[in-house]
Amino acid sequence: MGKLFDKLKEDVRFVEGFTACINCGTCTAICAAAEFYNYDPRLLVDTVQTQNDDYIEALLKSNTIWYCGECMSCKTRCPRGNVPGLIVMALRSLSQDLGYFVESEKGRQQLFIKRVIGGWILNFGYCLYLEGIGTDMYAEQGPVWDWRQKNWSDVLARLGANYKGEGPGILRKIPAEALDEIRRIFEVTGGKVRFDKIEESSEKKAKEMNLKFGDGTDNEYFQHIFSYDNQNHNKE
Amino acid sequence: MNIEGKKAIWKDYQKDIADDSYFYVRSCVRQNFLPGSETTFIRIVREELGKDIYEHPCHTTCTGIGYHGDIVPVDTMMTVVARQFALMTEAGYENLVPSCITSFGIYTEVLDTWHHFPEVEARVREYLRMATGREFKIPANIAHASDIIYKFRKEIATKAMYKLINKNTGKPLKVVEHIGCHYSKMFPEKGVGGAEYPYVLVGMIEEWGGEVVDYPERRHCCGFGFRQYLVQANRGFSISCSRKKFESMQDYEPDMIITNCPGCPMFLDKWQYAISELEGKTYGKDGMGIPVFTYEEVAGMLLGYDPWDLGMQVHQVAVEPLLDKIGVSYDASRKYLGINNKNLGQPKSPNVLVTAKSLLSESL
Repeated sequence: MGKLFDKLKEDVRFVEGFTACINCGTCTAICAAAEFYNYDPRLLVDTVQTQNDDYIEALLKSNTIWYCGECMSCKTRCPRGNVPGLIVMALRSLSQDLGYFVESEKGRQQLFIKRVIGGWILNFGYCLYLEGIGTDMYAEQGPVWDWRQKNWSDVLARLGANYKGEGPGILRKIPAEALDEIRRIFEVTGGKVRFDKIEESSEKKAKEMNLKFGDGTDNEYFQHIFSYDNQNHNKE
Repeated sequence: MNIEGKKAIWKDYQKDIADDSYFYVRSCVRQNFLPGSETTFIRIVREELGKDIYEHPCHTTCTGIGYHGDIVPVDTMMTVVARQFALMTEAGYENLVPSCITSFGIYTEVLDTWHHFPEVEARVREYLRMATGREFKIPANIAHASDIIYKFRKEIATKAMYKLINKNTGKPLKVVEHIGCHYSKMFPEKGVGGAEYPYVLVGMIEEWGGEVVDYPERRHCCGFGFRQYLVQANRGFSISCSRKKFESMQDYEPDMIITNCPGCPMFLDKWQYAISELEGKTYGKDGMGIPVFTYEEVAGMLLGYDPWDLGMQVHQVAVEPLLDKIGVSYDASRKYLGINNKNLGQPKSPNVLVTAKSLLSESL
């Protein structure tokens, strides 16, 4: 049994989501990602169940583990009670903990999610905090979203929000002491370690790729990982 | 499968939904994209149903998008969830009502994990003590906000001014229902009707006079996929999933789509615009789209609430054709006004997708 397989077994989601796979392919048949990407959850689970360190390391460094959308349709259908989606989540966690995620184009995108979603969680207490997020980055949001951005506070007020206000309500200002608790939870439980590791590994990779790295979103590496697509991920 | 068979399955998936005294936790996606739906939910629960619903100002995100974007470790997510439970315990409530399907899935997953791995619950309790000094009780009941509306669908029907019926033909409207994946695909026994035949929205549609459209890709994901939408390079995945659903449903000529998930209504709305711009294709009649609604918007609309109080002006696909079919009373000139009739201007018309505004300007 390989050391990486042992590491996976430390993740409760892996223990819950992994039993002997019979290679029936039901997960692949139902998988939304397998329809779009060059991706096959059956093969992913089969690779993991070899327990071979070399194979699992290659998987952790590959694009393959980043194609899943975590819709968990596979959980409903597997006749053996496997959950490829949970196995993917365990693989993604291990890939980040070991710094392997920067070895794939799709894995490198974790810096975007960490800085944007992670930043909103720690700074505002919400996963999304969208004032100022416009159609330049999210073109499909369309002209009504442009109108909303232009009138952000007014539209929120019109629809009963308590934007940046005290007390309960939609997009209220979450009190500083509550945000402090969330930050302490991140420190105690490994959330901060994960965030730091994503930053540190990304910075090293940016140097290797000769792309300028900096804080925030306005730097070459960050813009690259947000938009670059080698056009080689999809089904023919 | 015959109807009797379906009914037998539904019988096995009837969940307990608390009757009163709700601790409400908000959705990050809905607060930003569809705030009117949360406002309407609280209004219906308090004013129409006379129930107690409480929101703690210190509750936060459950970290769901971060967790399923894989930047938030499982122990971190579980401890943030434990903190929400602690706030609920301290406030004297035991019936949790998440507005969000991702959150509902996360709360359900956490309790299931703790049930199978008590040592994980013990570890999380210790983390929470260390980080916050708080303690908590396990919720007595967890019901998604759509479960609450489902539970009281008959009461809402008796108070409703309108039905899901075409006023001109007298026929039921054809309604596509879209269930958020994390409502019952992970834990079928936790959703009304399970994963194969979820009944939570069907029950509302049938009670309120509509007819459910059964189309091939009914259970397909909308395509959010967390990282698959958030990162620009991956968004082809997201739009392809929604497109697959539209292509599958269009032959049934649905009048409307109803969803119970935060992200799905936004995606099914906005991707219709994007497809129209990219391919020149629209899925409704006369160049319009298929209007997409939350269950609260539909409940509020049938109860006679002003569509612009419900937040239907923030949809990209125009809702007016549906309002007109039902005969809902509304003032088109007030659609884009702010509080105290403040003039907020108007959105530009899309290049292809016909909106109520562009129809209006053509007729002038």
